[in-house]
Amino acid sequence: MPVEYLKETPSQTAGPYVHIGTLPGQAGLAIRADEALHIIAAEGERIVIEGLVLDGSGTPVRDAMVELWQADAQGRVGVHGLWGRAGADATTGEFRFETVRPGALSWPDGRKQAQHVSLLIFARGINIHLHTRLYFPDDEAALAADPVLGRIEQAVRRKTLIAEKTGPGRYRLVLRLQGEDETVFFDA
Amino acid sequence: MSLPNAPDAGGRFTQRDRAWHPPAYTPGYKTSVLRSPRCALLSIDQGPGERSGPVFARSMLHPLDNDLTLNYASALGLEGSAIGERIIVHGRVLDEMGRPVPNTLIEVWQANAGGRYRHKKDTYLAPLDPAFGGCGRVVTDEAGRYFFRTIKPGPYPWPNHGSDWRPAHIHFSIFGEAFVQRLVSQLYFEGDPLIALCPIVNTIADPRAVNQLVAKLDMGEMLAFDCLAYRFDIVLRGRQQTFFES
Ligand SMILES: [Fe+3]
Repeated sequence: MPVEYLKETPSQTAGPYVHIGTLPGQAGLAIRADEALHIIAAEGERIVIEGLVLDGSGTPVRDAMVELWQADAQGRVGVHGLWGRAGADATTGEFRFETVRPGALSWPDGRKQAQHVSLLIFARGINIHLHTRLYFPDDEAALAADPVLGRIEQAVRRKTLIAEKTGPGRYRLVLRLQGEDETVFFDA
Repeated sequence: MSLPNAPDAGGRFTQRDRAWHPPAYTPGYKTSVLRSPRCALLSIDQGPGERSGPVFARSMLHPLDNDLTLNYASALGLEGSAIGERIIVHGRVLDEMGRPVPNTLIEVWQANAGGRYRHKKDTYLAPLDPAFGGCGRVVTDEAGRYFFRTIKPGPYPWPNHGSDWRPAHIHFSIFGEAFVQRLVSQLYFEGDPLIALCPIVNTIADPRAVNQLVAKLDMGEMLAFDCLAYRFDIVLRGRQQTFFES
């Protein structure tokens, strides 16, 4: 008899009111009204990451909630890893993180990963959260050697994960749920 | 002590059984149509960033964070508790190997007893309860146990195929120990006839998977003359042993 394991609890959409539970201050509740989870306090070069989630018609997903997980400036995760959470703006759909430039992480086969942050997207209509990454455009050699980007067979799709540099220390990435230039999402 | 950059959180996690979860594209739930990726997900290995995740200290919690009957009124400096059927929801968080998941953050949000959310986008005609916010959180103990007190949320109508009705439900979010264990889902209540009719529930194909989202009435844990109890266990992806990885 094979060993029986429990089954993972199945996912359901975060729904239209995900901000009540995850960003109550932004949802207008008096609870934790001064919380600013999109601002990550850590040592290192301060950077700003901005973005937008678009649906298959090109319309901003204004009810989205985005989470960020990254290495610290020295390239450490575990207890040193940095986490943040941002709500899409109710009018424009824009989200924004203020964080530090992550150091590079290794990959299990020993290769070095290019600097990146991992992102999760939650929203109404998304039955199970979507996992993607944002890479920085600055170091082309590192991007070319990145083991995860290297897994993307269709080279044209790699660019969906590479942010645009919009100013000093300022990056922007549009995440497309569907359609032409659909963002690459992972099953890790 | 762990080395920087080592997959210090331990082994890989079991693959997610995507057939057990709802697929992205579920036309019975219309909002998914334009919000579902059409390309296949790209399978990748789990590096150190995927095998570890944020840790939230219990010390960040407010004493009333796990009592939704009191926390909102208290934050506003008001007396009184929320209107509705008082319940405790409790259970254990385990991984697929049956190991408890301690010290992990669970966040919950829900409508009030009339089925109305405290949110400017919710225009349902049921009234707001001045003493109910609908937001709470709790961290599991060393044995993976958790509980929170709330009021049973009401069902509510939503536009999908005309007026569909959501069964009573509590949304929850849980982190686990690693980025790949992250999970957001919804808890339903045993005996609710609306569960079988719900297009969102029915995005899940397997009835056994749906049953995992149904909290069971637990008379053994009810508080006499105070509240009923529901039992709800949560299972997260399991971490594999590492025999060959140094
Ligand atoms: Fe809901």
